[in-house]
Amino acid sequence: MGFLGPVPALPIINETIRNLYFHVTMWMAMFLMMILNVIFGIRYLNGSKLKDDLIAEESARIAILLGTAGLITGMVWANFTWGAPWVNDPQLNGTAATMLLYAAYFLLRNAVIDPVKRARLSSIYSIFAFVMMYVFIMVLPKMTDSLHPGKGGNPGFNKYDLDSNMRMVFYPAVIGWCLLSIWLMSLRVRLRLIEKQIATN
Amino acid sequence: MQLLIRQVKQLIEHEIRIELKNKQALGSLVVYSVSSIYISYLAFRQNIDPVTWNALFWIIMLFAATNAVAKSFLQESKGIQLYYYTLLNSRAVILSKIIYNILLLTTLGLLNFFCYWILFNTTIADPIQYLIGIFLGSMGLSAILTLVSGLVSRANNSASLVAILGFPLLFPLLISILKFSKNAMDGLGWYVNQPYFIVLISLNLAVILLSYLLFPYLWRE
Repeated sequence: MGFLGPVPALPIINETIRNLYFHVTMWMAMFLMMILNVIFGIRYLNGSKLKDDLIAEESARIAILLGTAGLITGMVWANFTWGAPWVNDPQLNGTAATMLLYAAYFLLRNAVIDPVKRARLSSIYSIFAFVMMYVFIMVLPKMTDSLHPGKGGNPGFNKYDLDSNMRMVFYPAVIGWCLLSIWLMSLRVRLRLIEKQIATN
Repeated sequence: MQLLIRQVKQLIEHEIRIELKNKQALGSLVVYSVSSIYISYLAFRQNIDPVTWNALFWIIMLFAATNAVAKSFLQESKGIQLYYYTLLNSRAVILSKIIYNILLLTTLGLLNFFCYWILFNTTIADPIQYLIGIFLGSMGLSAILTLVSGLVSRANNSASLVAILGFPLLFPLLISILKFSKNAMDGLGWYVNQPYFIVLISLNLAVILLSYLLFPYLWRE
């Protein structure tokens, strides 16, 4: 359905509109993972259970994975519609900052050896990072024009493109990506828990 | 609350006294930023356009700030930190450090601005707005980097980690401050700059609030 379903034929965008099913939904799943990361960071600071920290770490890992995938799909799409894979766009800058933030998060984790201390420091950093990222992705792009659909005078998808045929794919795709990422994250968490159990025995 | 304010005041006085007594740290900061300004002068010579002027100024400020603020926790020995921990409210410690760093960076920023302006002469249409920009930028830089320096002092105490963890956090601040000060340079009216002003103020307050809330978790060992 994602590849073959009927879509409206629009100038410039043409068939690349199908990227909506992948790129946009991936970002939503990534955002979910970041929210999970921050929620479990706060939970760790309140309860000091190392399992919470484990979940926070793995959700950050999946967020990076989804972010990279989202970047690649976005760049392919931009190459067709905007003519270049990377342009100076507030949302792209925000994405670059976000990826750097989460890379720094993992660097911080690697720098600390003691697991309790690592959990505490990285939870604090992730809360801080989330607030900054929120400002960058949600607040700053509103102040300048963006090339993204729906911003800076560009028509949004929901205006006329997202007809009912596309909605039929788009909403399940959002749910699907979110569930897929949660599943991936829980797999990693369970793997890590088992590894820890084997190491202690 | 009153106790907190008194502790903050005493800690700031203490910091200033230490800084004035040990002139080497302050002097090295000034030499660091002035020589980086001079290096950029040698690299660019006099003629640079306003956009580059502004960007270069904030990049110099960024590196000077990282150097200045990084030491705020790193220079203290474990013994002194333990002493503070038993004696003081942890929130007083972070607030005093942030306020002290704001003072330090604003002075450093004004000094930098003066030297920079002598070497690279540019017309700034609205100097008062630019100075407000310097204050807001120093405030944000010190607030963010102080907490990061506290984090790093607990992690492995290496100054390079401050830059690695701090720079991505500084992106939103730097982008808005660059816009704000560029508008001030062009002499655009206050109504153009108002949204950036609001964003900067709320960003700074949010960061200080976050440090205030999160620091106790960092402090207890």
